[in-house]
Amino acid sequence: MDAVLELRKLSKSYANHQVAVSGVSLTIQQGEFFSLVGPSGCGKTTTLRLIAGFEEPTDGDVLLKGVSLRGLPPYARNVSTVFQNYALFPHMTVRENIEFGLRRKTQMRAAERQKRVADALEMVQLTGKESRRPAQLSGGERQRVALARSLVLEPDVLLLDEPLSALDPNLRKQVRSELKSLQRRVGITFLFITHDQEEALSLSDRIGVMNQGRLEQVGTPQDVYLRPRTRFVADFLGTVNWINGVGVRPEATRISYHPPGEGERAVPAVIESSLFLGNCLHVKTRLITGEPVVAQVSRLNGSYGCGETVHVWWHPQDEIICPQ
Amino acid sequence: MKRALSLYAAAVYLFLHLPLAVLAVFSFNSSRFTVWEGFSLRWYEALFRDPHLAEAALNSLIIAFTATAAATVIGTLCAYGLWKQKTGILPGFIKSSLYLSLVTPEIVMGVSLLAFYQWVFRFLDVQLGMHTVVLAHVMFSIAYLVVVALARLRTLDPSLEEAALDLGATEWVAFRKVTLPQLMPGVAAAALLAFTISIDDYVITSLVAGVDSETLPMVIYAMARRGGSPLVNAVSTLIVVILGVMIVASERLQGHS
Amino acid sequence: MKLPAARLCLLPAAVLILLLFIAPLLIVCAYSLLSRGAYGGVGLPRSAESYTRLFDPLYASIFARSFAVAAISTALCLLLGFPLALFISRSGRRKNLYLALVILPFWTSFLVRTYAWMFLLRDTGLLNTLLLSLGIIREPLPLLYNYGAVILGLVYGYLPFMVLPIYATIERIDRSVIEAAADLGAKPWTTLTQIVVPLSAPGIAAGSVLVFIPCLGAYLTPDLLGGGKTILVGNLIQNQFTTARDWPFGSAVSLLLMALVMVLLLLIARRNQEGLL
Repeated sequence: MDAVLELRKLSKSYANHQVAVSGVSLTIQQGEFFSLVGPSGCGKTTTLRLIAGFEEPTDGDVLLKGVSLRGLPPYARNVSTVFQNYALFPHMTVRENIEFGLRRKTQMRAAERQKRVADALEMVQLTGKESRRPAQLSGGERQRVALARSLVLEPDVLLLDEPLSALDPNLRKQVRSELKSLQRRVGITFLFITHDQEEALSLSDRIGVMNQGRLEQVGTPQDVYLRPRTRFVADFLGTVNWINGVGVRPEATRISYHPPGEGERAVPAVIESSLFLGNCLHVKTRLITGEPVVAQVSRLNGSYGCGETVHVWWHPQDEIICPQ
Repeated sequence: MKRALSLYAAAVYLFLHLPLAVLAVFSFNSSRFTVWEGFSLRWYEALFRDPHLAEAALNSLIIAFTATAAATVIGTLCAYGLWKQKTGILPGFIKSSLYLSLVTPEIVMGVSLLAFYQWVFRFLDVQLGMHTVVLAHVMFSIAYLVVVALARLRTLDPSLEEAALDLGATEWVAFRKVTLPQLMPGVAAAALLAFTISIDDYVITSLVAGVDSETLPMVIYAMARRGGSPLVNAVSTLIVVILGVMIVASERLQGHS
Repeated sequence: MKLPAARLCLLPAAVLILLLFIAPLLIVCAYSLLSRGAYGGVGLPRSAESYTRLFDPLYASIFARSFAVAAISTALCLLLGFPLALFISRSGRRKNLYLALVILPFWTSFLVRTYAWMFLLRDTGLLNTLLLSLGIIREPLPLLYNYGAVILGLVYGYLPFMVLPIYATIERIDRSVIEAAADLGAKPWTTLTQIVVPLSAPGIAAGSVLVFIPCLGAYLTPDLLGGGKTILVGNLIQNQFTTARDWPFGSAVSLLLMALVMVLLLLIARRNQEGLL
């Protein structure tokens, strides 16, 4: 695999000494679906804007296919952005929006352009709606126009800035799976920005977790979820019970009335509440040491009553160990 | 492109401000001609000794104060009424008339008022004078007052007045104690604006003024027609400075709305 | 229970408007249909002669000239105003200052500002004096008292009317739409012509009408800077009511001007539903 995008100690700080991005180094491979996740204000959107060229880094460099982008304006960079609010041109039709980038390539023949637009429209299933204006489209359709508008240019990297956040929750899951299969089909590298860890885990080949302008960890979804290197990463990607310095995910936390077998870790606890969630039970307990522990257990193993004394236990291989 | 745009903008700003700046500078020229000979306040001294100018200035001030006071009361009440009652024949009539009055060419408003006054004078034994000028000024400044006061009212919470009524206040008390205090900055800003418009008007005033009601703009106009003089430069500079201060004050009161 | 009080508040304004705006306009309507009186003023019999005289080539040409002057002034205002509005919208924290610098001269005495140009342009004015003393010219240039000076004065006087609405629409353009254009390969100039200009079209239309209307009915500027050599509609009306003392004809001209203004307003009223009032 070839590296298509490389960030070298990328930093951005503003006039008021506020640091948005601090020393981010990262290499993204050709054809990869890479997600940058983190809470709002962690610098992920700034990173994307530095790559797109909307802002200039204060330090470090962005390399696209090995060539530095330093000083290049956005229109001279072969990357393309899908904006959070899609930023469609309101005075242009769907076709004109998709054509916009192609028309800037003056050496392209009209026939070639028409063909590419038709292909793009078909790819995002908007054939027949090409003469509508953005205002006449649904949220999902607008998002597809934004995707088509960028993909038709065949960018080296497609930058997506929380493209699902403007959709209503029901639509979001459907669009998520469409996005994944679209990326597989076109084979273009996606750099996806989100604050939704579930979105990142389900879509990505690799994930980078950002916190306070720094890249805390990069790895496959399994890597970062099961073997987080910092407490921040562990906590950000899902709930963690911290028991005597080791972390256990709720789904790896087990409960029984009897002490578990040899080799397992176990602590006595009292049931505080038990919520029936349909596919599982969400059980809140308190250890005798006073720490709260949440367990997500199968409903097939019976139910638990408030105030009952139980043993909370887990397999040593499910432990998350990272420095404080 | 950014640099070109900045240069262009700078040129436009020069175009907007240089004429007045040059005029102001030459009002301090000791020579009567357009050649700089040295700094002098002689034109300002002459200005304050000129009885003709003083009388015209006094007329202008009397007219502006009277017209602004009347227009402020009528305009504020009108804006309040329009805020309370948004639809209906009366609000509709007032809104479209005021809108029309804002875009009516001054010369048309002036001659129609003149025609109207002359027609009324057939039945009443009065003549053109200060009163006809004041009435005209009230009319053309009222639209500005309503626009500014209404803009301010729209930022207020109508439920405050309802709360006052609910607590036992009469409508009059609710208006005076709750709405009016919040409206005051807007009213003051609008009144300043109306004052500047009134004191500056030439076209309408010159048509409806009588022999005893020559205003400052009429004198300046006459002097300008005769070719102008350093005296006009000095009066003009004074007017610009005073009006400028009033406008900045009005803007401050409106809170950059 | 609220309504009577509201009506009471509206009453003084309604009376004022009826007496000093509507009634005068109605009188002008009536006068336009009467004949010229023996000693000025108006008299019987009723006649439509004033309206037929509007078609006289002499007066038709005054209207045509006024239209041309207003159109040229509007075009120049657009040429100066659009880049200025764009500049202000891109100047970050200084926006309010730059905006105030456009508005401020507008509110300071129209008469004085017109006079300032006379001071610059007349034969003994600053420009001619400078050019003469530098030896560039031998005779003063006839800068004042021509259509060029009138147009200059109108552009100077009404430029803010163009800048403000355009600035308002540019400000409303979503920043990310501009970024998207650059992102899709558009150079700044292309982004300007393909995205910014079309999206600020409502502001350009509003600004153009707001400049065109007062230019069409202008009186003071052509009077002072044109010096009687440039007769526009405004001067024609003033002349009929004062020197010529033909009130019926002056009334007819006023009404035609009002009609033109209202047609223009209806044209933008459809675009901009929300007015000031």
